[in-house]
Formats: sequence, C-alpha cells, structure tokens
Amino acid sequence: MTDRKIVVPGETVSKGGDFLPGEGTEKRGEEIFAIRFGLLEESNNLVKVIPLSGVYQPRRGNVVIGKVENITFNGWVIDINTAEGAFLSLMEVPRYVNKDDLEEVMMIGDMVVAKINSINKRGIDLTIKLKGLGRLDRGIIISINPNKVPRVIGKEGSMISLIKDETKCRITVGQNGLIWIDGDKVEDELFAKKAILHVAEKSLMSGLTEEMKEWFGGEKK
Amino acid sequence: MTKETHSSKEFKRPDGRKVNELRKITAKVGIVPNADGSAMFAFGDTVAIAAVYGPKKMHPQHSQDPERGTLRCTYNMMSFSVTERIRPGPSRRSTEISKITEWALKPVVMIDEFQGNVVDVHINILQANASTRCAGINAAAMALAHAGIPMKSLVQSVSIGKLDKQLVTDLIKKEEDWEEGEGPTDIPITFTGDGKISHIQLDGKITKAQLKEAVELAREASKQIHEAQKKALKEVGEKQ
Repeated sequence: MTDRKIVVPGETVSKGGDFLPGEGTEKRGEEIFAIRFGLLEESNNLVKVIPLSGVYQPRRGNVVIGKVENITFNGWVIDINTAEGAFLSLMEVPRYVNKDDLEEVMMIGDMVVAKINSINKRGIDLTIKLKGLGRLDRGIIISINPNKVPRVIGKEGSMISLIKDETKCRITVGQNGLIWIDGDKVEDELFAKKAILHVAEKSLMSGLTEEMKEWFGGEKK
Repeated sequence: MTKETHSSKEFKRPDGRKVNELRKITAKVGIVPNADGSAMFAFGDTVAIAAVYGPKKMHPQHSQDPERGTLRCTYNMMSFSVTERIRPGPSRRSTEISKITEWALKPVVMIDEFQGNVVDVHINILQANASTRCAGINAAAMALAHAGIPMKSLVQSVSIGKLDKQLVTDLIKKEEDWEEGEGPTDIPITFTGDGKISHIQLDGKITKAQLKEAVELAREASKQIHEAQKKALKEVGEKQ
C-alpha cells in the first residue's frame, strides 16, 4: 500500500506546479489545498483526497441498492441513502412494462440493485438494464458505513470473492453501504453477514485479506 | 511596547494564567456515532459538542434554496451547564449565537453545489465557564470536516478580554464579571485558514489601537487551537 497521509481542510498538499488538483482538492495560486478530510493519494501527476467519513456521495457508474419509495406515471422513485431521491425510469427496465401497471414490476418497499446512469441538476437517474441488476426478491440486506465499502470489496475484488467462496453466498455490494446476501441456507447468509461486519470493523488493518483467511479457518472449526 | 510587557508581568489573573495563555484545550472527533460527523472541543471546563447531519433534503420545502446549499446551526446550552439551572429551550441569546456561528462558518464551507439541501450543525454546551460560543465554533468546524463537507479551511475561534486596561486571552466567567477600573470587555474573534476574520463581536469599550492589539493576540492563540483541531482529526483518521 502507498504512503498514507491524512489531511484536513485547508492543509497544503502540494507546492509548485508538479501536480494537478484532483477530487477533494483546490488550486489557489501555485499551491494545492485539501478541501476535504481524508486520505491523501498521489498518483502520476494527480493529487486527490479519499474521504474517510461522511455521507455517501453518489457517482456515475456506481452500483447501489435502494428501496422503492414512490411510483410515478413513468417510473419509480428510489431511496439510495442520498439527500436527493433517485429516479428509475420505465425506459431503463429491460422488459415490456405496462404503463398502467408499474406495480407489477416493482412495488413500494421493494429492494432493487441499480446502477447510476447519470447525475444532473434534477437528480440522479438509475438503470437496471445490465446483468445482475434488478429487483431483489430473496436473501437479506445489511447496511455498513459507505466509506468502508472499498475494504469489503478489496483490491480487485479479492475480499468479496473470498467471502463468496467461503460462505457459498451470492453477494452484491452497493456503493451506498447496503449489501445484499443470498445463500441457499439462512445459516450461510448469517455467516456471510458476520464476515462482512468483521471486515468493516477491522477496516483499518493492512493485509486484511490474509487476516480474513485465518478468521474463516478459525470460524469453521 | 516594553512598558506593556512590564505591566503584563505584574497582572494577576484569577486562575493564575499568563495574560496570553489559553486554558487546557481538549479536542476529540467522532463522539456521536449516529451523526455524519461530530466533535467535542473544550477550553478547560467549558465543554462544547457538535454533531453534523447532512447534506440532506431541506424541509419544509419553502425554505429550500434552489441556488445553493444551506448551513443551519443550532446552539444550545444544557440546563445543567451552569450552576444556576437555565431554562431549557431556545432563548434570545441562543438564537443570536446560532446565527453568529452560522456566519462564522459560512465563508469556509463550500456547499454551493448542494442545491435544495441543508447541512445541520447542532452545538450543545455541556459545561459553561465563558467562551462557550468560541468552543462551539471550534467544535463545529471539526465536526463539519469529519462529516466530509468540502471546506476551504477550518476556523478557529477565541475570546479576548480587556480587564480594566489589560488584554487577556480566553476569558473565564470570573474575568467576564471583572469589576475593577474600566470593567470587562469581551471580544470573541473567529479566523479562517487564510488569516481573515469571519466573526468578531465586541461587548464593552476599547480603543482602536488596543482592538488591533487584541486581534493579533487572538491570531497567536488561534494557531494553538488549529494544531489541536488537526491533531484530533488525524487521530480519528488513523483509526478508520
């Protein structure tokens, strides 16, 4: 892992013109300042701040899990733990939808996996037109701190595939901190939940994937 | 100037501090698990906690600002924070301080892109021995940073007092009620990261020259506060 440095708003992160200001930073004159609290990351010629805490900031392309909040004449309003409600248009559903009967596809209170299609002034638009997206009709959903999602997924998905293999569950991690677990037995699902919560709790450790391998060894006995 | 330092050596404060000495600063971040960001800041026995929620949708809808995000601060003193129980609930004083805190923080928070949304800052005073608004503003700045709100910088707030003719840093209650000579003057000042003043209040009488001196005194003290704030935030960052 690269050198980790924590910065606070207003701190100088780079002097002179060696770097370009990335997310969470701002250029004032020759210097680059942090404007958010988080980890500083320098890559190539870009500096950015990775947030450590706070609410989920939606981004284009994120896969999220949400709850159907309302049904309008041309789609569904979905709560994905953001200030702005997200909208799933019926155009973004990969099947024929009867306009008079949207409830047939999704009812209020249903959980859905969706991808953020675009973010604009009017709000967030979702799509379920890709594989692995759509309504969830089985399994359990747990919630973790959205800032810990990268650790649960691990480097190139190493952590999540370890958990999937060990627990024999299908798992979808939403970037907004909601995680869907679906196994053949309830015991498997609860075991996966325990493992994920363990990862979230130990998220500060380095070499966490190795630690989890040991943890699974201990738990299986 | 030499005369000034001479007199300041003789000046005795009720708690034995030097004229430019702050009380012991305690700063902690992440003390309210439910909040999106939270912090505690204390000058000696003046303790303030701040919890930040949001950005979230502003309700009621008519108070939404479609052009930029809104910052909403609420200052409150716990009824047990002073020896004489204070009546709970909003008062003239707490409404004023809420507004003052909002203005002190506004120049640094960058919430223009959160149109129609609000960032809520709740400040509670657990224990009061003067300088509560300063402790509240310092705590709020840390809590906002912890909540991941984009900010130009942190802010530091400190109170400067004039007791008779002597300037002192970080007032306590006994000094606020100073009775000798010209009596007390209380000047809370808040600085942004680039050294500008985002809030200054003055309660009493002071000459122009001495006010300038007071600002410089506060600027010195604000550096210590900034260090404490940074340290607290970095500590919490390492734990996550």
